[in-house]
Amino acid sequence: MMRDAKLWTWHVLAGVVILVFLGLHMAIMHMDAILGIFNPAGGHPVDWGNVVERGKSVFFTVTYVILLGAALFHGLYGLRNILLELNPPDWLGKAIGIVLLLVGLGFFALGAWAAVAAHTLATSL
Amino acid sequence: MLESKGRPNRLGLWGWLGGGRWGYERYLYTLHRLTGLGLLAYFLLHIIVTSSRAISPEAWKAAMDRVTGPLFTVGEYLVFAAFAFHAANGIRLVLIELGWAVGKPIEPVFPYRTSVDVQRPLAIGAMILAAIVMVLGGLDFFVLH
Repeated sequence: MMRDAKLWTWHVLAGVVILVFLGLHMAIMHMDAILGIFNPAGGHPVDWGNVVERGKSVFFTVTYVILLGAALFHGLYGLRNILLELNPPDWLGKAIGIVLLLVGLGFFALGAWAAVAAHTLATSL
Repeated sequence: MLESKGRPNRLGLWGWLGGGRWGYERYLYTLHRLTGLGLLAYFLLHIIVTSSRAISPEAWKAAMDRVTGPLFTVGEYLVFAAFAFHAANGIRLVLIELGWAVGKPIEPVFPYRTSVDVQRPLAIGAMILAAIVMVLGGLDFFVLH
């Protein structure tokens, strides 16, 4: 399979992963008054007590990292496709790919560190 | 052997925005891209802001205090609505990509239904789903809180 066809397949699969985990995230964070799930401390979902309770959970820590990777890949690959459709010269197209890859890796490192460090902090409290 | 050199994207960004004589799905395509770019921009900022939870309760509270207020509530709702649209339209796109919603191939004997006509109910269904999620989200954001 050609490289871009493989990347496109990953883009679609990442979309399905995002649909599941971002759907769950949105339900927890923004439909709390209707559904009231995974906010054991009560109050608002972003209250520190709820953040700690979710941070303690291995399920939430692992799925945050999966969602982080899937969303970064899906979003940055989508942005790359949009930019390449504008027909940049070859050198610029390659540069766009490299810059977006580095941006993705940087944000993944930050987000994954935050998820693991938050889990460590929450379990130590 | 003839070699295709591709078609240059002469219209550039206007090619997205101007649907021309294309149908309803063309505008869904444009909106899918716009919401995708908006969600990506928000997501990168969201990673930075929410990373403060790994530092201390004070750092988390300070970060949340900086993104609180009516303007942020409206902004967050727009992100939620963009998610609802992008997700529902994404389901439609995956179903079409997999060939599950394009109908069976038929002999093109006039008058025939085009593939777009076959897909249209799915597009309408996806938008109804997005609208339901947006309304429920609106209730949660602006009425129940």
